[in-house]
Amino acid sequence: MSETATSPHFKENAHAALADSELQRSLEILETNFIGRRKLVADKLPEFDALRDAARDIKNHTLAHLDLYLEEYERRVVAQGGHVHYAVTAADARAIILEICRSVNAKIVTKGKSMIAEEVGLDDFLTAHSITPIETDLGEYIIQIRHEMPSHIIAPALHLSKAQVAADFRRVHTQLPADRNLEEPQTLLAEARAVLREKFLAADVGITGANFLVAETGTSIIVTNEGNGDLTQTLPKIHIVLTSIEKLVPTLEDVSEFLRVLARSATGQEMSVYTTLSTGPRRSGDPDGPREYHVVLLDNGRSAMLGGEFREMLRCIRCGACMNHCPVYQAIGGHAYGWVYPGPMGAVLTPSLIGIDKAGNLPNASTFCGRCEEVCPVRIPLPKLMRFWREREFERHLSPATVRAGLSFWAFFARRPRLYGFATDVAARMLALMSGARGRFHWLPLARGWTDQRDFPAPQGATFQAQWRKR
Amino acid sequence: MAGPRVGLFITCLIDFFRPSVGFAAVKLLHEAGCSVEVPRQACCGQPAFNSGDRGDARAIAEQVIAACETFDYIVVPSGSCAGMLKVHYPELFRGDPNWQPRADAFAGKCFELISFLVDVMGVTASSAEFAGTVTYHDSCSGLRELGVKGQARRLLATVAGLTLIELQDADVCCGFGGTFCVKYPEISNAIVAKKVANIRASGAGTLLAGDLGCLMNMAGKLARVGSGVEVRHVAEVLAGMAGEPAIAAPRERKAVTTP
Repeated sequence: MSETATSPHFKENAHAALADSELQRSLEILETNFIGRRKLVADKLPEFDALRDAARDIKNHTLAHLDLYLEEYERRVVAQGGHVHYAVTAADARAIILEICRSVNAKIVTKGKSMIAEEVGLDDFLTAHSITPIETDLGEYIIQIRHEMPSHIIAPALHLSKAQVAADFRRVHTQLPADRNLEEPQTLLAEARAVLREKFLAADVGITGANFLVAETGTSIIVTNEGNGDLTQTLPKIHIVLTSIEKLVPTLEDVSEFLRVLARSATGQEMSVYTTLSTGPRRSGDPDGPREYHVVLLDNGRSAMLGGEFREMLRCIRCGACMNHCPVYQAIGGHAYGWVYPGPMGAVLTPSLIGIDKAGNLPNASTFCGRCEEVCPVRIPLPKLMRFWREREFERHLSPATVRAGLSFWAFFARRPRLYGFATDVAARMLALMSGARGRFHWLPLARGWTDQRDFPAPQGATFQAQWRKR
Repeated sequence: MAGPRVGLFITCLIDFFRPSVGFAAVKLLHEAGCSVEVPRQACCGQPAFNSGDRGDARAIAEQVIAACETFDYIVVPSGSCAGMLKVHYPELFRGDPNWQPRADAFAGKCFELISFLVDVMGVTASSAEFAGTVTYHDSCSGLRELGVKGQARRLLATVAGLTLIELQDADVCCGFGGTFCVKYPEISNAIVAKKVANIRASGAGTLLAGDLGCLMNMAGKLARVGSGVEVRHVAEVLAGMAGEPAIAAPRERKAVTTP
């Protein structure tokens, strides 16, 4: 929720992250486990780039006719005995979910991994209303017991080491012997699994997200690796799918195209372990499944994006490849971004959701190296969209005064090539003289940020333009 | 000369910090059979464009187009500035009935220096000599906006005496990012620190790249950590003009040592 966003303090957050040696060690996993594996499976599939084009085109088509596909989807869900709720704002989504939970007097709610639930701040809200939410995805469970936000959209606890998780488990699972061995990842997993198993059985309501919504069948689909989503949605009386309007695709055939790019881009898997399709509540004769099936469709500013220059962001399928490959994310991790969505996709999406006045740092903190766009499975031009935010910020005079002053000083000269040529030649000669024989500066008054940790190369002497005109 | 008439676009960084790169570009273009002129201009406008200041970016772009559009080609010794001219100018004028056709025609004539030599002029070999080991960093804009990747490597392979060692993560950003390194110096430093570790691990005596901004960033960090790696624009080596002191290196020439 926007109240808890620390995005305005991005620089301070980044400073702390860079000094956090444990975090820095955890971030090394991006290189080994994400970038390397993605490249391996992408290179193995000759049609990978063609699939990315197809995925982009399907999303573009769906977004162009989103109203029709939403109506079709709703019709199908209702025909199968499900309910569709439209939530214009995050508060609406929370209220709808609370009402459904109260209808069965729910005490415990299990949750599959859902970034939309993070976006609307669902856990804190349910807790405040005396309903206990239990995160059942291992990463989400870990950050829940730490009261943290996810630091990565598909690996929420990426910022943590095994030892940190073991310490948290000892702190929270006090019913277990204190001297138990928690050295291995498998023992941590087994412990979480045992703790969570009881909760699955006790839950009154299960809430999941959705990776895709299929208009032709009224199906919601989750793509997971742990199987927790299946238990979350089949065991309780009620299954709530909390998702957003841009998850729609027209057909099941289309979904198969996305499945081929999603896991490859995200984790470097050819397929995720579980791809689970939910189509309505338990039918008569079904051995299991929820009695009620609700879909909460969040808008939260998305339909406004649909009509503007950030529309392409709505193609995002939340694979996380952009952040895995981002040099800035690799350096500081996800929490520094200060809200739910980090990395390049967060730099575009977050200002839409909490305001550019709060999130202004995010689209600015990019080198525009373009690696995010290069790996995006739906080819979102992320640097271009970040630049659009910089333009909105500039127009509204929100960028820092020092930046604006520096820019307008520079632009005054840059728009006058002759004056610029004269002034730069004088300055270049002066700096060359000042640097003497060293050829660089250890310290420069107006470039402290640079010279604190780098030398600043000195000019050679007269400018090229001056030398060229004098030939 | 019968060859094409080339307008050499001198980037603001080369103009100010390292004119020798400009002269190396002139030499390479002459050797490829081009006639070379240098239009008077200040900057491509990228700092304004990437800061969200479309007004100044457009005004500068209009000046650059007017000053350069009569040449057969406009050649830029920088992937980032070439990307601005070739990819982003048309974006700036999209939908403008007067300027869009001009910006599109202009963009079609703009090239990054090394890819121009190889892809347009068909240069296959360098006549230069360079005794030593070098490694090459792919600057982001040239690589991802313009597809500059193999051209410099192909020419470097023909330089007598030169051994090219591939850099680990050569295609990963160095952390310069234009105004980024000023706005977020700490993060920029963390990124360049990784880059410098890879450069040192390569064991090469010289680092080359095609963009002066990235080169200054990497050279500044290498100098600060006390590395002896020399840093140069790739054009200097290809033109056989690597006699100038390297970027951020002391000016008084020491005896040449082979690494």
